[in-house]
Amino acid sequence: MVAKNRLGLQTVRLEHPPTIKAHAAVAGPMEAQGPLGHEFDHTYADLMMGQQSFEKAERLMLKDACHLALERAGLSATTPEIDYFVAGDLLNQIISSTFSALSLSIPFFGLYGACSTLCESLSVASVLIDGGYADRVLCATCSHNATAERQYRYPNEYGGQRKPYAQWTVTGAGALVVAAEGPGPRITHVTTGKVIDMGIKDPFDQGAAMAPAAVDTIYAHLSDTGRCVDDYDLIVTGDLARFGREMAVKLAAERGLSLGETYKDCGVLVYDNTKQDVHSGGSGCGCSAIVTCGHLLKEMERGKIRRMLLVATGALLSPTTFQQGENIPAIAHAVAIEV
Amino acid sequence: MMYFKAFLVGGLICLLAQVILDNSKYSPGHVLSGFTVAGGILGGLGFYDRLIAWAGAGATVPISSFGNALVKGALQEAGDRGLVGVLTGMFHTTSAGITAAIVFAFFTAVVFNPKS
Amino acid sequence: MVKVKQGTTEESAQAAYTELVKKAEPKPPRLRNALYAFFTGGAVCLTGELITDFWEAVLGVSHKRAGDHTVVTLIFIGALLTGLGVFDKLARRAGAGLAVPVTGFANAMASSALEFKREGLVFGVGGRMFQLAGAVIVFGVTTAFVVGVLASLAQYFTG
Repeated sequence: MVAKNRLGLQTVRLEHPPTIKAHAAVAGPMEAQGPLGHEFDHTYADLMMGQQSFEKAERLMLKDACHLALERAGLSATTPEIDYFVAGDLLNQIISSTFSALSLSIPFFGLYGACSTLCESLSVASVLIDGGYADRVLCATCSHNATAERQYRYPNEYGGQRKPYAQWTVTGAGALVVAAEGPGPRITHVTTGKVIDMGIKDPFDQGAAMAPAAVDTIYAHLSDTGRCVDDYDLIVTGDLARFGREMAVKLAAERGLSLGETYKDCGVLVYDNTKQDVHSGGSGCGCSAIVTCGHLLKEMERGKIRRMLLVATGALLSPTTFQQGENIPAIAHAVAIEV
Repeated sequence: MMYFKAFLVGGLICLLAQVILDNSKYSPGHVLSGFTVAGGILGGLGFYDRLIAWAGAGATVPISSFGNALVKGALQEAGDRGLVGVLTGMFHTTSAGITAAIVFAFFTAVVFNPKS
Repeated sequence: MVKVKQGTTEESAQAAYTELVKKAEPKPPRLRNALYAFFTGGAVCLTGELITDFWEAVLGVSHKRAGDHTVVTLIFIGALLTGLGVFDKLARRAGAGLAVPVTGFANAMASSALEFKREGLVFGVGGRMFQLAGAVIVFGVTTAFVVGVLASLAQYFTG
């Protein structure tokens, strides 16, 4: 007995595709200077954003993105008619999301998917709405370069050298209001990833760790739905960055998928590699969030993209597992969006 | 002449560390700990002091000299007081460095704020 | 669509992928890094020699004693540059040239103390100060202990 909306092993076809009614993206100074800087709804001049700590600044970004999205959806920020707030971030105990949920006062599901959180939250929101359990859901995620560095890697003023395949955590937040009805791009399918481990141990090589998960989910999605790469105007991964993207293309080819011009990655799009010292490219929950909410959805609204497969990728390591010599497992979640 | 030798030896020690860092997956923490241990062992064998005599600051400034200083302190005191000297003598010369690092790090934290 | 080769075990698939990654991984600019490390490290040590001469002259102490003063001076400079936010920018280029001299030790301590001040003076600054530099102290002391005990015992038994 198979649930009626399931396709294949990992995909759900949404019977009444929910719409992305509103979206907002806010970002930090480096992102403002990147190629998509003009697309973000608000950017901050520095990493502290007038707050007492980097963590408080990250929280501010998430709240700002949420308020902007609610405003655009015609909902009040103080008594929003939102059924669920589904959010997550990179920090221990997902404090950016939990403390933002505190101020928003909406029933809250906290998620941890590392940098795959954007699609994880869109997936949860979509099934809640399609199943008739919600009319409107607020999805959000964020990341901050300084908070990620001080938690996962080194103090910010530490004089270490970064490897060429290392990535730069994006400082930014994205929020979306997903609704049962209304105009806007629609989420038609949700493919939930499995955790994949292909033996990568280097915590600075997240792109290579996540590429197998991305390819696995893309493959599962296409095979479950019977679609092929060309059915999409754009397949975009969250933050594989330059080197990870290269690995993904190779792995996909091994499985008979040819990812070419229509395959892009948010980690590559968000920074200008020639001018900004970001090595392989961007990473973090905020990476896929600001590129999607700030740019890709706008491109859909402008008619430049009709059908897009958004595949956010997350590296599921912690400093503990790395120090204990474990591999880095990863996951990728996909949502198919079309106008 | 001492200036040149200090430059040369200091540069070579740093070059060695850089080559290890760029060609392995070891972190700076691993390499620096390794150099400290190496300095200690070479100090115990009597070689590090000869390097210091030849290259001056080229040998005393790198972190390896910290290992050497700890060993020399331990050995010196052990010579005077027996085995317990290993424990009491270690920080004789190194206490300046450690104390300075703690105190200056503390004041840095009090005065400044982290940026990026 | 072509599926993954049947019969490959998970382990060999992992091994194949890690090989692929190792070959394709962009390598750091090794020659450039080596040169920068050499010249910066040399320059820092040369500066150390100059500082030692300075203290020797100013304080009238022996060259050896002045070495202690030099270490303290270099630690001060390392901590100050860390606080000013300059050290990490310099170290990006210089690499081991700044990390291996005692300036690197100062940076490890100062950057940790500075970063965690948000968690307060006791838990943050006090508790986390040795996060990075602690390993050097632990290994240095343990080595000295082992060498010291071995040398003492050797002396005891031979002389």
